[in-house]
Amino acid sequence: MIRVEDLTVSLGGTHVLDDVSMAVDDGEFVGLVGPNGAGKTTLLRCLSGVLSPDDGVVTVDGDAVGSLGAREASRRIAVVPQDTQLAFDFSVRDVVAMGRTPHRGRFDRASSEDHDVVDRAMDRTEVAQFAEKAITAVSGGERQRVVLARALAQEAPVLLLDEPTASLDVNHQVRTLDLVADLVEDGRTAVAAIHDLSLAARYCDRLVLLADGGVVAAGPPERVLERATVADAFDADAAVVDDPVTGTPAVTPLSAPAWSLDAHVHVVGTGAQAGRVVTTLAAAGGTVTAGPVPEGDAVATAASGVDADAVTVPAFQGVDDETARAVGDLAGPAAVAVAAGTVPAAALHALPDSMPTYATRDATLPDAVDPGDRVALEDVPGLVADGVRGNATADEGVPRSLSFGPEDPPVDRRDVSDPRTTDD
Amino acid sequence: MRAGTTATAYSTALLVALLATIAGAATVGPVSIPYATVAKALLNATPVPVGVTVQGGLGLELANPFSFDVAQTHQLIVVGVRAPRIVLAAVVGFALAAAGTVMQGFFRNPMADPSIVGVSSGAALGAVAAITAPGVVVAVTGPLGVPKGVGIQTAAFVGAIVAAFLVYAIATEGGRTPVATLLLAGVAVQTFLGAVVSFLLVHSGESIRRAIYWLMGDLNNAAWGDVAVATPVVLVLFAALLPFTRDLNVLLLGEEDARTLGIEVERTKRVLLAVGSVVTAAAVAVAGVIGFVGLVVPHVLRLVVGPDHRVLLPTSALAGGIFLVATDTLARSTAATLPVGVVTAAVGAPFFLFLLRRREVHEL
Repeated sequence: MIRVEDLTVSLGGTHVLDDVSMAVDDGEFVGLVGPNGAGKTTLLRCLSGVLSPDDGVVTVDGDAVGSLGAREASRRIAVVPQDTQLAFDFSVRDVVAMGRTPHRGRFDRASSEDHDVVDRAMDRTEVAQFAEKAITAVSGGERQRVVLARALAQEAPVLLLDEPTASLDVNHQVRTLDLVADLVEDGRTAVAAIHDLSLAARYCDRLVLLADGGVVAAGPPERVLERATVADAFDADAAVVDDPVTGTPAVTPLSAPAWSLDAHVHVVGTGAQAGRVVTTLAAAGGTVTAGPVPEGDAVATAASGVDADAVTVPAFQGVDDETARAVGDLAGPAAVAVAAGTVPAAALHALPDSMPTYATRDATLPDAVDPGDRVALEDVPGLVADGVRGNATADEGVPRSLSFGPEDPPVDRRDVSDPRTTDD
Repeated sequence: MRAGTTATAYSTALLVALLATIAGAATVGPVSIPYATVAKALLNATPVPVGVTVQGGLGLELANPFSFDVAQTHQLIVVGVRAPRIVLAAVVGFALAAAGTVMQGFFRNPMADPSIVGVSSGAALGAVAAITAPGVVVAVTGPLGVPKGVGIQTAAFVGAIVAAFLVYAIATEGGRTPVATLLLAGVAVQTFLGAVVSFLLVHSGESIRRAIYWLMGDLNNAAWGDVAVATPVVLVLFAALLPFTRDLNVLLLGEEDARTLGIEVERTKRVLLAVGSVVTAAAVAVAGVIGFVGLVVPHVLRLVVGPDHRVLLPTSALAGGIFLVATDTLARSTAATLPVGVVTAAVGAPFFLFLLRRREVHEL
């Protein structure tokens, strides 16, 4: 059990950690997340006792880490640092064996138990096959695993990891965290600083979100990784969706488009393309609604990821009157509608009659619909930067748009003399 | 092969090589003496403990078991004239290479040498003062209860220890001694002490030649007395370093990593620094400032045996002994009888450059 109480650390005159408190229970896998400079590494250094805080205390099983000697501390806590200086020709086995230092007296020779522990640690981290290679001759990913093996050889109940996956390819990222999760399963406690929020959410029991030297949120991943919290802490917009593969929250940072949007846009359509339109419009700052969308469709996921309201229908069930009414209510206040992705006819017909509707260039429209000129999303009148609302008016010539109504066949808007706006 | 086995194998081979080099060196001189004669003469003079005396305190009862037939003059030349100088060279080379290995590992810096914390400069000041300004030395030692002043060796030793302690004290703040600060403090103190030594030399008059010989490292005046004092100090402290070789390995990972692996970093640094400095001081006090042994020998051995200090420390030390015996033999067999420091630097520097161009000296 690790307790951190009112930890305050200044480095070079700057508050790096300010009054941080947290606790880690035995057998827990806790992820430290947060933007660069949030104090994750500093917190880990305090946990391991390498850094003495200016104020506050870190206790491990009731003992202050600072008061434990290096030897005792290293028997309780093993550290996998972000980068280890290993610019010399020790063999991989030698480096792993250094993990036995806390267990060997100054005059002890390596016991057979030491050798066994080292061998097991190397097997478990899959470094045994290059055990005799020089540490300078292995790749960055292999080296990271060697350092992990060294920490395992320490046989400490607590494992602290600083960006254990930073230099690894996707395969080894997952394998490394799988291994840590296994170790936690076996009863160890792990605290890891992890940059990748989705990976952190996937593996950790709990996350502690640090920003500006303080704890912003702590708890189960799905609670900590709420869109507003993430946006606030990282100062960047992000979509938070339930990853259909892992079933855990996946955070995808959104690149802010060059243009901004200050309007309500309703998105109609299905599939990944439509999903991207939803997130792009949301990232541009607009109010986005969507629907009707089939449950579980990429659009539904994207909409929930950016907290956009959507009318969902059970998959394959078509649009009934009730749904159409709900769509009408939701889309009613929107300035424009954008048809994107694969757009079923029934979905178009659910939109309010008066809604000016544009199709993106790559939208797949029903056969009966004349798409007119396709436009790039950012070229849709009414979406672009300034004077957003009501731009889809006659003075633009209102080209390239489509209008649908239950009775009216789809028409090319160029044929309509007075395009409608929903601005007032 | 386990580190212990490797270390023993290499060390045994190098010890044999050292003894052979010592014997070989004793054949060289104005009078050429055959190898066999040298070996016999040396064995004749080798005491072997045969018992323990308890009379007036515990002591070893020694006897010389060998009595080979060797000409009186040869026996005298080998044992009385050449052997003390050669054995002292071995001990000094051993000490400097051992200390150099420790300092390079400790500082994680390939340019570190035994004198990096100002030991040699302090010794130089002590020795040069004792040579050129004995009056000044008396003025300092008089109030301390040593009215007649001290010998060159003692002055050098004390100067070395004081300088090292000074550097350590300057670099230490709040119980921590950052290695980088230590390095810079060492450079600054060395520069300052160098200035004082230069000042003394300028005003030294007649004794300047002696002082300069000392500064260049010279074994010309080696006597059994020096061997008797330096050898136990060096061997005992070397033995004290051996249990720290694993710590040195772990320290190579960086101080934070070392701490999380259970090394009391500051305490270990203090021990290594103190022992390394005293070993160096003992060598410098009896032999003067001999450069490059402590820098080059560990590098060469690292290329051969690898970075593991459990192997590196004993092998470097023995190789240092061999190197200095060989270079000193070269020094005294030249027409001009050069100071050995000139030869070690003249041989060592080009060799070091060769290594530098070849590979991996930039890495530790």
